[in-house]
Amino acid sequence: MGAYVPRRVLSICIVAVCAVLMMPIVIVLILAFGDQSYMRFPPSAYSLRWFALFFGDPRWQHALWVSLLIATVACVIATVFGFFAAYAFVRSDMRGKKLMLSFMLLPIIIPNVITAIAMYFMAAPLKLVGNVFWIGLCHATIALPIVLLILLSSLQGVDVNLERAALSLGSSRIGVFTRVIVPLAFPGILSAAMFAFLASFDELVISLFLAGVRSETLPVRIWNSLHLQIEPVIAAVSAFLIALTGLVLLLDALARFVRVTRLSRRTA
Amino acid sequence: MRPSRFNDGTTLIVPAVLLLALVFVVPLIWFFVRTLAGIGTFPEILSHVWSVVTSKAVITAMRTTNWISLIVTLLVLLISYPVAYYLANNRGWRFTLVLFCIIVPYFTSIIVRTYSWMVLLGRNGLVNQVLMQLGLIHQPLTMLYTEVGVLIGMVYVLLPYMVLTLFAAMKAIDPSLMRAAQGLGAGPLYAFARVYFPLSIHGVVSGSLIVFILSIGFFITPALMGGPSDVMIAMLIERSVEITFDFSSAAIMSLLLLFVTLVLYSIYYRLTDVRRMMGA
Amino acid sequence: MTTLEPGKDRGGIELRQLTKRYGKETVVDGISTTIAAGEFFSMLGPSGSGKTTTLMMIAGFADIDGGQILVDGADIADMPPQRRGFGMVFQNYAIFPHLSVTDNVAFPLRARRLPSDEIGRRVREALELVRLERFADRYSRQLSGGQQQRVAIARAIVFQPSIVLMDEPLGALDKNLRFQMQVEIKEIQRRLGMTVIYVTHDQEEAMNMSDRIAIMNHGRIEQVGRPAEIYENPTSNFIARFLGEANLVPGIVESVDSDVATLQTNGGLVLRARAGADLRVGSAAHLFVRPERIDIAPAGEMMTNPDSGNFATGRLIQTSFLGNILRHAVEIEPAVVVTVDVKNSRADLFRAVNQAATVSWLAADGVILQR
Repeated sequence: MGAYVPRRVLSICIVAVCAVLMMPIVIVLILAFGDQSYMRFPPSAYSLRWFALFFGDPRWQHALWVSLLIATVACVIATVFGFFAAYAFVRSDMRGKKLMLSFMLLPIIIPNVITAIAMYFMAAPLKLVGNVFWIGLCHATIALPIVLLILLSSLQGVDVNLERAALSLGSSRIGVFTRVIVPLAFPGILSAAMFAFLASFDELVISLFLAGVRSETLPVRIWNSLHLQIEPVIAAVSAFLIALTGLVLLLDALARFVRVTRLSRRTA
Repeated sequence: MRPSRFNDGTTLIVPAVLLLALVFVVPLIWFFVRTLAGIGTFPEILSHVWSVVTSKAVITAMRTTNWISLIVTLLVLLISYPVAYYLANNRGWRFTLVLFCIIVPYFTSIIVRTYSWMVLLGRNGLVNQVLMQLGLIHQPLTMLYTEVGVLIGMVYVLLPYMVLTLFAAMKAIDPSLMRAAQGLGAGPLYAFARVYFPLSIHGVVSGSLIVFILSIGFFITPALMGGPSDVMIAMLIERSVEITFDFSSAAIMSLLLLFVTLVLYSIYYRLTDVRRMMGA
Repeated sequence: MTTLEPGKDRGGIELRQLTKRYGKETVVDGISTTIAAGEFFSMLGPSGSGKTTTLMMIAGFADIDGGQILVDGADIADMPPQRRGFGMVFQNYAIFPHLSVTDNVAFPLRARRLPSDEIGRRVREALELVRLERFADRYSRQLSGGQQQRVAIARAIVFQPSIVLMDEPLGALDKNLRFQMQVEIKEIQRRLGMTVIYVTHDQEEAMNMSDRIAIMNHGRIEQVGRPAEIYENPTSNFIARFLGEANLVPGIVESVDSDVATLQTNGGLVLRARAGADLRVGSAAHLFVRPERIDIAPAGEMMTNPDSGNFATGRLIQTSFLGNILRHAVEIEPAVVVTVDVKNSRADLFRAVNQAATVSWLAADGVILQR
């Protein structure tokens, strides 16, 4: 394959594109470990001072903490609600499934500026601006489509006869979930939860409007800092976010590997 | 087998629906209804809508938005096509490596991605340094805070969407078709132009739609990397809330943006649905 | 195995006018039958006959649109599947892939919160019953199809259900294994004495294992009876052909005299046989007779039993070698071909094609069926 375009040319293009794709991320990582207070590339010395600044500065610390809280709320709510919704899609007989699915995907269809403003508009009079739980809830609506898409595929892979067998053997409906469905769908649930967490952690636009003064998330803090000046500590914070992304991708790959080996010979 | 009344999972969808309704739908409806109704009587609303929509700022912003989105979509398409082709026709470590290079940026926060390009494109940034070292330029280029910067930033962010969409479409192309074409005497370029590319058109169109739809709603990247004349509609909307507190204008512009988005999405939906029905 | 036996005389099921509709289509059309406690009852029929749907209604996995299901006299329509206490075996085994064989078999006992030593004992007995004691710690991906099915059976009987439902459990296995499993399943049922409702489309399987068979077609029960009964006395062409090779000679009913009737074929041949139900003189009918009940000899040779009753002469048009039998096709009239099965015991019975041949059979071996 690939004989339709000179192979060499194609390979060169691909290498170039991949280099350009990874370059910004790699540059940020390198800069984060650089030792100067101005942005010079390549750095003439390396150190961890920007990380020290990041983790030592109370405002950055607070932003990190807020991001963690919000992401946890978003992750839990999106995963649990999304799991049940995915199950309903896959197993139940409800009418208008396609319409319902489109409805659930609205948060990623509607431009997030509009969503963010509308959420702010309603939250402000209700004094919910800066409320960590409320922001987490708003993030959950953005994370829900992601969870749904992952779990729809995951639950479709669970044989319905396994549920019937469990019921026929006397298990309660809850027991079917806890002893059959969740264990079998677990790698998918884990993936969904991680990507929901990541989506919330990385989210900027909604947080921008809803954070207020007291609940700056990490991305919001970066945005605010960028408007003032481009300090190197931002590189360290960005490196942290990149590492988080890498961790999630790694764990997801692992979860997928576990799923494959566990169910390598599925019932016919 | 349909479920019995003992097995109906329908109620399980309720929590998600409630969440979306309460936290997502209600604020949107409330926002539009409240701001527009607050303008006054119906004729007053209409005239205000008209004045906003035809205002110089909005018209310029829409023009800029469409222009930038179009260029971005074309650039993304040009770069993504060979990458997706490579992914669809390779396996093993090559596939994984290229996929890795797509996926990692895709899941990296947009603020990090935009920031990284700000660093690279600055007057003392890496790009300028390299270009000067290579002797290609003698003075640092101004890329940041210009349209070029916006284009580069947006292309970078939107590339994975097109690659993955194209990849999915290309994966579905039956390899034996190309072999058949060559067996019939077609040269590689001819076979590509007459067989492969047409088969991938569906992916090209849906990928382009997605990228275009996403780019018209962009405001982070153009706000950070654009100059004063690079104002996209989403930026205008954000400014009218953050700076001028003009919610009614924000609502009107949002409706405009939303309308265009939904129209394009319904085209996209129709396209992918029809193909699915045809079993492609 | 006393701990695995269900309660005495429990496990009788009655279906009354049971109906199921999917939209406008009636998939199960008011079927009624009674299944005795301890009986091995098969529902046999082609795909789409409604047999699996019926089983699903009994199990509680499909809603009932009409009629009742009574177990030991009690209507179970309002009982959810997890309280009905039926054992169930599926065609694709439905072994929990994330649990070991032991945990699979222990599942229903744990759901009933039995003490763990009791669970251990019963699981061991069940695994011994299906001869899988050595595989107790394996997982489904390490087992063959036949082994997985045995795990499914052990799991379905370990909690002493009085009724076990089986939905084409052997469909995915190869022929030899299937026969062996049929024998094993029948043996287990006999030993433990539970009622088994068995759904299959394989007529040999049903006849081999069942006490009684219900033939289903288009959502209705066409005939219920013991295997030999239905085999020898089918009440319709469909049933005759479904259970094995069948000769169906067309003609007009000439006479009916209590339980004996005569049929005149289109070529004028008069044949005698038992009378099927509702036979009317002058109506179109078929004479049904099994190929193995027919004798064949070259025309002119002495028939082995001259008082047989029915004779017909024709042309041998084909002989097929099927291993243990020779299948001859004899055209006795234009477009009327009689199939004769002869044991492959002597080579000289292999006859030349196009020879004239005479076929004969006892009148009592045939049934005249209303068309």
